[in-house]
Amino acid sequence: MSLPRPKPERFRLRRTMMFMNAQKPGLIKDAYIYGADSIMLDLEDAVAENQKDSARFSLYHALKEIDYGDTEVIVRINGLDTPHWKEDIRVCVAGGCDGIRIAKTESAQDVKTVDEAVTEAEKEFGVEVGRTLLMAALESPKGVLNAYEICQASPRLFGVALSGGDYRKCMQVKVIPGGIEMLFARGLMLNAARAAGIQCFDTVFTNLNDDEGFRAEVKQNVEMGFDGKSLINPKQIPIVHEMLAPTQKEIAEAEKIVRAYREHASEGVGVFTLDNGKMIDIAFVPGAERVIKLAKASGIYEGDL
Amino acid sequence: MKNAVGREIPAEALAVELKNGRKYEPYQGKGYRDGKYIKKAGPTTKIYENPKESKLLPSIRDAVIACGIKDGMTVSFHHHFRNGDYIVNMVMKEIVDLGIKDITIAASSLGDAHDPIAQYIEEGIVTGIQTSGIRGKMGDVVSHGKLKTPAILRSHGGRVRAVEEGDVHIDVAFIGAPTSDEYGNARALGGKGDCGVLSYAVVDSEYADKVVVITDTLVDYPNFPPSIHGVNVDYVVKVDEIGNPKKIASAAARMTQNPRDLMMAENTAKVIAATPWFKDGFSFQTGAGGPSLAVNRFLEPLMNEKGIKMAWAIGGITAAICELQRKGLVGKIIDVQDFDTGAIEDIRTNPNHFEMTASEYANPANKGAFVNKLDFVVLAALEVDTDFNVNVITGSDGVLRGAPGGHPDTAEGAKCCVIVTPLTRGRMATICEHVVTVTTPGDCVDVVVTDYGTAVNPRRTDIIEALDKAGIKHVPIKELQEKAYSLVGKPDDLQWKDKVVAILEARDGTILDVVREIKPCEI
Repeated sequence: MSLPRPKPERFRLRRTMMFMNAQKPGLIKDAYIYGADSIMLDLEDAVAENQKDSARFSLYHALKEIDYGDTEVIVRINGLDTPHWKEDIRVCVAGGCDGIRIAKTESAQDVKTVDEAVTEAEKEFGVEVGRTLLMAALESPKGVLNAYEICQASPRLFGVALSGGDYRKCMQVKVIPGGIEMLFARGLMLNAARAAGIQCFDTVFTNLNDDEGFRAEVKQNVEMGFDGKSLINPKQIPIVHEMLAPTQKEIAEAEKIVRAYREHASEGVGVFTLDNGKMIDIAFVPGAERVIKLAKASGIYEGDL
Repeated sequence: MKNAVGREIPAEALAVELKNGRKYEPYQGKGYRDGKYIKKAGPTTKIYENPKESKLLPSIRDAVIACGIKDGMTVSFHHHFRNGDYIVNMVMKEIVDLGIKDITIAASSLGDAHDPIAQYIEEGIVTGIQTSGIRGKMGDVVSHGKLKTPAILRSHGGRVRAVEEGDVHIDVAFIGAPTSDEYGNARALGGKGDCGVLSYAVVDSEYADKVVVITDTLVDYPNFPPSIHGVNVDYVVKVDEIGNPKKIASAAARMTQNPRDLMMAENTAKVIAATPWFKDGFSFQTGAGGPSLAVNRFLEPLMNEKGIKMAWAIGGITAAICELQRKGLVGKIIDVQDFDTGAIEDIRTNPNHFEMTASEYANPANKGAFVNKLDFVVLAALEVDTDFNVNVITGSDGVLRGAPGGHPDTAEGAKCCVIVTPLTRGRMATICEHVVTVTTPGDCVDVVVTDYGTAVNPRRTDIIEALDKAGIKHVPIKELQEKAYSLVGKPDDLQWKDKVVAILEARDGTILDVVREIKPCEI
């Protein structure tokens, strides 16, 4: 049996979240080998209605037995409108997963309801209260409109994600290259997440044969400011990591900011000018640190910060 | 006596007699016989001045009789018809029906198509097997000690060496051919069951005392250019079918969609691209299995990115490498075997796709085979151990079920030999402490790519340096083995009896390992 996983970090790097059916041992036994930052073990749509209990069983043992290493392990539970979600939560907490993805979130109350059930389960299984993180999936127009209240609903909440399949159905639209049909939802959700200070993830891209379309969507995700993306196939992982990787120029700039800030801070100076004339204050530092972290995760950082 | 890969080679195996009186030695490490001179064995031939005499015989039985096959003789076959082959079974049936016994089969390889031979082994009619591959029922009966003498398993190059050096003497070679003229000029194209090339059979035609060509498509004389030359052929027999065309040439293997295979293939391509030999004019061979085949696809963008082309590709050829050539990325294809209809179609029409003999491909005892000039080879494995020894012949139950093929030849010859294999298969650890049987010695294996990481043979400091420079992560192979055992557990040792049932020859004719009779599983 593997050791209990370390306490999850609320704001870690989550460029890639790969979905897989919690019921398929061949998939979940070593899903970390593909290098996704997070894996998303699915108890919801991937599992047939009469297989929910066996999927939970397989999930619990995977969480207990398999050493997922640095890969974050998140479980997508069934919606609050189903009879399954409470038991799903008990299994997640008992197994010791890092986080729970709440399906079909429509209001802050949905998050709070799950938060309470998680707290209860943590007490039941002797898990440190507050250890289990949450993320909310917005799947309907109502959920999108309530994004800001949802994003602020719980201190466990690390992020919010869009689920395109259901959302598009509600909006009576198809997948459109360029994403005009999702522009409002993506924009609103990003804005809400940033306002609440949590992370934001884009929906899956399901046509596995359309590499060009996938790259175009990831490019747009990066430009819009998403932290990461939900994925359905391991071959999508390196593409996202590559496209999210900072350029050498960005890395050099970030290094300068971090180093200069540290030097000036120790001298008690809060605002200073870089050699290129750019004014820098503390507001630039988290962004620069994020670039360094991304560069490290992308395997392209050679410096010593 | 322990050999250079730490395997105990019993006196019983070292005492096995070779036809030329050469004494077996344990494997001494690669290049042990390099630079030594050998005298080639010569076949008996016949003066053929009478222009009226015909080589055509009405049946295989007539050919068996005409060749004077007697008890104790050695007959040979090739495996270009793969699982569609009818030749071995048809010929052996006639030999057995004629009451001839104590026969040794010396084939370039044997497969599932040859299950009926297992019965002849059990009946004591077939007493010797010399081959690359042994599988199915035949592998089973040999592993259970039913063959009178130990089977001798050789690589493709090692077989040519053994025939040329005279370790084995072929009395009669039966060569199935898609087309032949009545004088025995035989080709692999133009018939009902085209197989592309007849590379493995050439040495048989040159070194056997008697040579019989069996075809189902007689064509006008002269059938040129031939793979098997009529000057070496005694008799020609026309039969209804030489094999099942559907199984002789399978449709091109679809590129795998398995994410695990794709990831391993991509990582293999990256390893290749990080080495100093990945430059314009490099040479390459890969297999037809899932991840090996997919390496072609991942090399393409890396070649384009660097603006380089492959000068030549060798080996068992697939449609995938032909496709790469059509895109202008490969100069010449030099072919020893065709794995699919795409490759066969290609050699029919493509002026830069050539047939070579098995000797040219991989024989260590000629004056320099293609494998010597190979930059990269990508190979599969059933098992790899922490000394980088590879097993491709015995399954986890200790039963013979594979073929060294060109594995040991290309591994020794290539500047960079990459093995690509998943860390575990079902409950079996692929990366293990000790392989069941050493079929390719660890001193020829350079890199192992698995789904859990890559390991480089510590002998290859140059490759380690190249990967480090390119930022490609690699781990000690021990770490991979430990990971595998932590996932699926440490396997119990297999239980063997004393009897040696097979000798694994290194390509230079020393003994790499032996396979013993397996104890039946007790439950």
